[in-house]
Amino acid sequence: MASLILDDLVIEQGQQRLLSLDTTIAPGEVLTIMGPSGVGKSTLLAFIAGFLSPAFRARGRVQLDEKRIDMLPAEQRHVGLLFQDPLLFPHLDVEGNLAFGMVREGSRQQRRARIHEALRSVGLETFAKRDPATLSGGQKARVALLRVLLSQPRAILLDEPFSKLDAGLRDEIRHWVFERVRHYRLPTLMVTHDEADARAAGGRIITLDDGCRVTS
Amino acid sequence: MSSAVAYRLVVGTLPWLTIALLSMPVASGVLGALMPAFGWLPTLGGDHLSLSPWRQLVQVPGLVDMARLSLVTGLASAALALALVVLFLGSFLYTPLYRRIQRWLSPLLAVPHAAAAIGLAFLLAPSGWAARGLSPWLTGWAYPPGYAFPGDAWGLSLILGLVVKEVPFLLLMSLAALVQCQAGERLTVARSLGYRPLTAFLKGVMPGLYPLLRLPLYAVIAFATSTVDVAMILGPTTPSTLAVSVVGWLNDPVLSTRFMASAGAILQLLLTLTALLIWWSLERLVACASRGWYRDGRRQCGDRWLGGVAWLAMRTVLGLMMTGLAGLVLWSVAGYWPFPHFLPRSPTVHNWLNAADELIVPVWQTLSVALIATLVSVVLVLGSLEAETLRSRPLQPWVQVILYLPLLVPPVAFLFGLVMMQAQAGIRPGLGTVIVGHAVFVLPYVFLSLAESYRRLDPRWSQQARSLGAGPWRVFLGVRLPLLLAPIVTAAAVGFAVSIGQYLPTVLLGAGRVVTVTTEAVSLASGGDRRLTAIYALVQLLLPALGFLLAMRVPRYVFRRRRGLLPGAD
Repeated sequence: MASLILDDLVIEQGQQRLLSLDTTIAPGEVLTIMGPSGVGKSTLLAFIAGFLSPAFRARGRVQLDEKRIDMLPAEQRHVGLLFQDPLLFPHLDVEGNLAFGMVREGSRQQRRARIHEALRSVGLETFAKRDPATLSGGQKARVALLRVLLSQPRAILLDEPFSKLDAGLRDEIRHWVFERVRHYRLPTLMVTHDEADARAAGGRIITLDDGCRVTS
Repeated sequence: MSSAVAYRLVVGTLPWLTIALLSMPVASGVLGALMPAFGWLPTLGGDHLSLSPWRQLVQVPGLVDMARLSLVTGLASAALALALVVLFLGSFLYTPLYRRIQRWLSPLLAVPHAAAAIGLAFLLAPSGWAARGLSPWLTGWAYPPGYAFPGDAWGLSLILGLVVKEVPFLLLMSLAALVQCQAGERLTVARSLGYRPLTAFLKGVMPGLYPLLRLPLYAVIAFATSTVDVAMILGPTTPSTLAVSVVGWLNDPVLSTRFMASAGAILQLLLTLTALLIWWSLERLVACASRGWYRDGRRQCGDRWLGGVAWLAMRTVLGLMMTGLAGLVLWSVAGYWPFPHFLPRSPTVHNWLNAADELIVPVWQTLSVALIATLVSVVLVLGSLEAETLRSRPLQPWVQVILYLPLLVPPVAFLFGLVMMQAQAGIRPGLGTVIVGHAVFVLPYVFLSLAESYRRLDPRWSQQARSLGAGPWRVFLGVRLPLLLAPIVTAAAVGFAVSIGQYLPTVLLGAGRVVTVTTEAVSLASGGDRRLTAIYALVQLLLPALGFLLAMRVPRYVFRRRRGLLPGAD
C-alpha cells in the first residue's frame, strides 16, 4: 500500500484563495481536516476524488501509489468516497450494491462468495437480497463502507461520514471504520467538524481557518 | 478508454442534433414559405419574383375579418386564461383544492386539442348534452334552439375551446415557476404584513412569476392565433380564421393558389408576431400603470369575491372539459337519442363494432408515428441533458428560445414551407416525413417535462458511482437512468400524447398518405355523424391515456421490491 501525497495543493474560488495544503498521508494513517462550514473542506475532497466544480480552480499535484492521479478521470483514480448519507443505490439490492464497485476478477461465484464473506464480517449474512430502503441507519453505514472496500481503493476519503448516525451507533461505526482502514493500510483523509471523530481517528489533525491551512 | 471516448462523442453530438431538429425545420420551413410568397416556386413555374401572390391575397373577400378574428380570439383567449390562472393561484395556492387540481393537470394536458374541442362542441351545441339536460324543464325547448354553437360569428365558442386547453397548460407551467420564484416565501412575507391572499399574490408574487411565464404565454398566444384543428371544429366558417383559410388554399385543386397560400402563410406569421407585439406592449402598459399600485399599501382588492369568481371559473373550465368528454362517451354508444332526452334511449355497442374495422389503419399509423417520434425525442433529450451534466452547468438562455421555436412560429407557416422544400428536394411525403414533423413538436414538451427532474438529481449519486470505478456509460445506464425512470417514462407519455394530438403536421407532411385518428376526427367533426365523430375523438383520447397509465404503472412494477424508488418514498 502506498501513501497519498498532496503536493502544494491550492484551491481558489474566483479571486479568493480557499485553502492550501501540502502533506503526505501514510498507509493506514487517518488525517483529519477540521474547520468551520464553507472553508473548503468538501471542496478539497471533491478535488482529490475528481469532482471539482467549475466554480473553483485548483493547482498542485495529487499522487497515489507513485502515480499522479489529479489528471485522471474520477473513475480511474481508485479513491474511495464515503459521504454523510450512505447513498446505497435504491434500485439495487444489498448484494447488487456491493457488487457494483467490485473489481471484475474471478468468476461470478467467487465474487458472490466475497460479498457474502464481507456481509458475514459485519453480521449481515442474511441481508444480501434485501432492499436497501429497509435497512437501519447503522446497517446502511456498514454496507456503504463494505461497498467502498470491495472496490479495492488505494485511498479513502471520508466526508463527515458519521454525522447522521445516532450517538450510540456513532462510536461503534467509527471504531469499526478506522479499524478497517488500518487493517487494509489505506491512507485516509477525513473531513469533519466533530472533535470526537478526530479523537477517535487518532491521527494528525489539520485545522483550516478562513483562507489558509494551519499545521496540526 | 474507448467507451469513455464513445460516450463523450455521443453526448457531444446529441445536443447539436437536438438544436438542429428544433431549428432547421422551422427555419427552412419559413424560408420555404417565403419564397413562393414572392413568386418563386420552380416546380410550379414560378421563376421570377413578383408581388402578384400578395395582390391576389389582398383581394380575398373577408381577409380583414379573417385576420381580425384570428387576432382577437387568440389574444382574448390568452388574456382570459392568464387572468383565470392568476386569480386561481392567488386565491387557492397551497390549499387542498389546489393540490387536488394539481393531480389532474397532467392528464388534462394529455387530452388532445381535437378531442377536447369536439367534446365541447357536442356539449354546448343546440342539440348538445347541456341543452338536453336543461330541456324542456328549464328552457322550454321541445326542439333544438337556433343559436349558433359552434361556429358563432364572434368566435366565442373558439375562445372558450382555447381557454379550456390553455388553462391547464399555464397552470402546469406555473407550478415549476412558482418554486423558482420562491412564491411560498414571498407570500409568507406579504401575508405577515397584513395583505390578503390574493392581493399578496398579485403584489408580491406576480412580479417574480410573470417573467418565468412569459415564454409559455407567448407559446399560448402563438398557438391560439394560428390553431387549425380547434378553429376547424369550434370556429366560425364564413369567414374562418386565417390559418384555416390558408390550409384550405394549400389544398386547393387549382395549383396556382399555392402562391397565394404562401403569402397567406407569411401573413399568418406576421399576424402572430403582431399579436405578440400587442401583448408585449400591454405588458409594458400594465407594468407602468401598476407601479403606483404596488406601493400604495392597499392590503386587499376585492379578494373575497374575486376568489369566488376564480373558484367558479376554474370549476367551470375543468367541468366543461370533463363533461364534454363524458358526453362523448354517451354519443359513442347512443342508438336512438331524440332531443330533449338526457340519456340515449337505446345504448348500443354497434357504433363501436361498426367503426372497429375502419379504425385499424388510423390507429396503427397513429401509434407508429407517435412511438417513433417519441423515441427519437427522448433519446435526443437524454443526450442533451447528459451533456449538461457533463459540463455541469445549465444551458444558456438562447437555447431556451430555440426550445420554444416550434411552439412560437405558427405551424401553418413553416409546415407549409417544409412541404414546398420537400417537393423541391424530391422527397416523397409519407410516414417518414410525418414522423420528423411530429418529432419537431414532441421534443420541446419532452425536454420541458424531463429537465427539472434531471437537474435536481443529487450529483452525489454519480460521484459515488464514479468513485467506485464506474465509467460514464455505467453511470448513465446503471445509476442515472434507473433513478430517473419515473420522470423519463412520464416525459415519454407527455411526448406520446403531444404526437397523438397533432393534426397539421400529419395532414401537410403526409400529403394525405398518412391517416391518423386525429385527422379523421377533425374531418368527421364537420360532418353530421356525431356517433362516429365521438368514437374517433374517444379513441384519440384513449391512446394518450393508455400512455399515462403505463407511465404510472411501469416504474411501480419495475421497482415493486424497491421502496426507495416508489412514489411517496423519500
